[in-house]
Order: sequence, then C-alpha cells, then structure tokens
Amino acid sequence: MAVLRAAAFVSVFTTIGIVVSLAVPVVNFFGKVSVWDFLTGTDWSPNLAPQSFGVLPLVGGTLMVTAIGLVVAVPLGLGAAMYLSEYASARNRARLKPILELLAGIPSVVYGFFALSFVTPAVLQDLLGMEVGFTNALSAGIVLGVMIIPTVASLSEDAMSAVPQALRQGSFAMGANRMQTTLRVVFPAAISGIAAAVVLGLSRAIGETMIVALASGSQPNLSADPREGMQTMTGFIAATAGGENPVGSTSYNTLFAVGLLLFLMTLVINVVSIALVRRYRQAY
Amino acid sequence: MTTTQIKPGRRREEGTRVLDTGQNHERNAGSLAFLVALWCSLAFGVLVLLVLIASTALDGAPRLDANLFTEYSSTLFEEETGVRAGILGSLWLMVTTAVMSVPLGIAAALYLEEFANPTRWYNRLIEVNLQNLAAVPSVIYGLLALGLLALRGFRQTSLVIGGALALTLLILPVIIITTRESIRAVPREIRDGSLALGATLWQTTWRQSLPSAIPGIATGTILALSRAIGEAAPLLLLGVATGIRFDPNGILSQFTALPIQIFTMSSQPQEEFQTAAAAAIIVLLVMILVLNGLAIYIRNHYQRRW
Repeated sequence: MAVLRAAAFVSVFTTIGIVVSLAVPVVNFFGKVSVWDFLTGTDWSPNLAPQSFGVLPLVGGTLMVTAIGLVVAVPLGLGAAMYLSEYASARNRARLKPILELLAGIPSVVYGFFALSFVTPAVLQDLLGMEVGFTNALSAGIVLGVMIIPTVASLSEDAMSAVPQALRQGSFAMGANRMQTTLRVVFPAAISGIAAAVVLGLSRAIGETMIVALASGSQPNLSADPREGMQTMTGFIAATAGGENPVGSTSYNTLFAVGLLLFLMTLVINVVSIALVRRYRQAY
Repeated sequence: MTTTQIKPGRRREEGTRVLDTGQNHERNAGSLAFLVALWCSLAFGVLVLLVLIASTALDGAPRLDANLFTEYSSTLFEEETGVRAGILGSLWLMVTTAVMSVPLGIAAALYLEEFANPTRWYNRLIEVNLQNLAAVPSVIYGLLALGLLALRGFRQTSLVIGGALALTLLILPVIIITTRESIRAVPREIRDGSLALGATLWQTTWRQSLPSAIPGIATGTILALSRAIGEAAPLLLLGVATGIRFDPNGILSQFTALPIQIFTMSSQPQEEFQTAAAAAIIVLLVMILVLNGLAIYIRNHYQRRW
C-alpha cells in the first residue's frame, strides 16, 4: 500500500523535479539577463557577440508553425471525426480509426525527414511552384498539422459519439437531414469535447521538436512570411542541445530559460483544456 | 498519448441510418458536397500516410542492405554507413525503459484505482498532475533528465540509464492512465464476489482485478513503448551522440539510438546520408509496426469483454 502510494507520488515528484531542475539554471540566467529584456526583446543571438537574449523571434516562429499546423489539423481532423462518428458504419469506423491513429504513431523525426525530403522539394517547390528555401515554416507547419490530425480527430470523435442518440432522432424527426443534424445538433452538443481536442492539439504542436528542428530552419527570424525559415523555441533547444553545454555555462542556462517558457505555455494551455472539459461537460 | 487510450464500453448503438424517404433532402447538392468534404478530410490523412511510407521506402530502398545492420556509422565511407549501434541502443533503451516504467506505472494505477480515497487533496493533486504531465512536451522531459543528472553530479549524461530515465518519466503518465482504464473496466461484481468470500482488498486486487486487467495493461504499455522508441528530442537533450562505434553493453554504457541517427543523417547535405536516413526510418517503422501489431494481437485475442 505504502509502496503503491509512493509510486503514485512519482508523478508529483516529476512535476516538482521539472520545476526545480528548470529553476536553478533559470535563476542563474536571469541573474545575467533581465526578465523584461528576455520577454520583449526582438533580437535572439545567444551565441554571437554582442549577445542578445530577446526571445520574441523564437516565440514568433513557434506561433507561426503552430498556426499553420492548426489550420491544417482542425478542419481535417474535425471532418474526419464527423465522418467517423456520424456517417461511417460501425464496421468502417472500426477499420478506419486505427489507420488514422497510425499517423500519431509515426515518430516525429520521421515526419521531419518527410517534410525535408518530400513536402518542401516535391509539393511546395515542384507542384505548387513556390519560392521556398530548403527549410521553411510552411512545410514544417503542414507536416506538424498532419501529425496532430489524429489527436483532434480521435478526441472529437469520442465527444460526438457520446452525444445521445435521442438528440439525433429528435433532429431527424423534425425533418433535418444528416448534414443539418451533424452541424446544428451534434456539433454544438459536443463543442466542449471538441474544444478540448483542439486545445490538446495546440499544446502538442507548440511542444513538437523534431519536425521543426529539421524542417523549420535554424535562423531566429521574426517574420510574418511562412515561406521563410524560422527557428522555434523547441528548435532552438534541439539545436543548442546538440553542442557542448557545460553545466552552468550561459548556453546551458539559456536552454533552460527557453525550456521554462515553453513549459509554462503548455501548462497554461493544458490547464485551460482541463477546465474546459470540466466546466462545460454536459452530463447526458 | 490520449489517442491510444483504450476506451471500454460506450459504443454508440447501431440504428442511426435515416430512412431515406426523400423528404429530408439527404441528397441535395449541399449535403453531398458536405459528405464529400468529410470524406476527403479522412482520405487526406490516409493518403499522407501512404505517401510518407512510399516515398521513404523509395528513397531508402537502395540502402536496405546488410551493411546497414552490421556497420557502425561512418563519415568516411558514406555509402556504407550503418545503424548497428542505433538499433542495439534503441533495443537496450526500450528494455531498460520497460523495466523501470511498467512496475512503477502499474503500482501507481493500482493505488489510484483501488486504494486511494479520491476526496483527499493529495490524491486529487495526483490526478490533476497526471493529466498535465501527459501533455508536457517530450523535450521538457529531456531538460528534466539533464537537470536531474547534473544536480546529481553526472558528467556523462548520454548513458542508457539516463535516456531510459527521461523516457520512463515521459511514458509513465500514459501507462498509468491506460492501466487505470483497464482496471476500471473490470466489473464491480468480480471485486464484490471476491470480497464477499472473505478476501481482503489486497488479495482481491492481486488475484482478481489485476489478472483480469493484464491484457489491457499489456496493450497500453506496448503502445507507450512504441512511442518511446521513436522519441529523439529527450535523447538529444542528454547529448546522445550519433557516432558511437561500439555496441552498448549495459545500462551504464554510452549509446546512440535509431531516431538520433536518423536526425543527424537527415541534417547532412550528402545524398548518401539522406538515403541511409530513409533506410534507417524503414527499420524504425518496422520496429514500431511490430510493437503495434503485438499490441493489437493481444487486444484482439486476450482482452475480455464483460
């Protein structure tokens, strides 16, 4: 019993561990760089003299790639979820859903390779004739979106399947067809679960590392043009982690400062998602 | 990874087919366009999956040779570079992670499901915490493991045990959540029957609830491990290098892993490394596919439905 409880508390220790292990280097980091300069600075060049630690270009890159990912994943994920939940027969659903979930089982480094070796050269440059660089935010964002389709689709499908049959039958009885029932009855009834699915997809997109490390570029770039390469927060962490970072050095501390910012962002998003489910969950 | 959670029960009953009386405009242009749009969005995901596998297979096919499996990575003989150390490293890593995470995860799930009083604040704290941890980015777990090892004074962090530590913490929430769901799916009556015959709560858990839940636990755990084996970000943080030219021989051995080698080779400009990366991806995907197949087999053949 005590052993079991101790095992359960490992999760709490993990969280405390995350906070403590991030805190020590971060405190050192903010001994050198002011919090204000870090959060509002628009120049990120931690390796070149004169050093500058304005994190906004990295945040901008993250937001750009994440936004592209959501633009891809939300409509496609919701569409797939609606088809599976409202149109597919039970047999087809049982067959199609695992195939879709295979997309979530592909390692992200494989997606990164796919973005680099296929999406950028074959789709963006050849097929669409776009002037994009070898690494760019667009292909990273698109592939990232594909990766989180199953997250959005699977959770939304659960939410829509949980809508009671009586609501659909009532809608059909009033003369609505299947599309009207799906869009005006089932979708609104499942909106809290769908919102939670989108928010979870968002948090996964922000934290995704290997796709952006490979495909989004390694140049911090505060730009609104998705065809340019831009480094994200996770991309910076991955790129810096590969080099030599002795414990206590500035580069080591910088790694943890960006990591803490990333952790806080995903934490806030997760809390929002959990609260959404709690507050608006309709008990049928 | 919530998408792989096992959801017992709660399947919508059949009978949603609308009587097509021609009264409800099921076949007007708008409805058909909507259906086509839904169909396309589902097909898109499947299509990308097929294209990904096909294009990688085409890229990597020339290098799916014996050298890939028997050679260490080489920068001198680019066309003969191999991922032997990566394959063995990933296997070591997976076994070590399983040994660390499975007992811990099952113990925690048993506590939360069978023993814990959910109204106590500390038990609620664990609940909320688990939900949060399941969505923390994997790269943060790398930072955590790096920070912990640095605090304990480890100079060398790219050891099998360090990687396994990061991956264990990463998949522990997933294992706990899926295990809890399989334990919860064991019907109340089985526990009640056992308790009514005079068994203690501990005996009931150990001899009734847990054995009945094992297929579900095994499925969830294997899926979690198949996720862990493809992770590169936490290992990158620990400084796991790609150019290891020896087999790992223990948990304190330095190692490299397949995803790390794929990452490094994909970042190289040389055509030979791109080809080798594609070939290594095929090896990694086959490993993951085998694990997933095993999980599906266990689910279909051993899982009991009540």
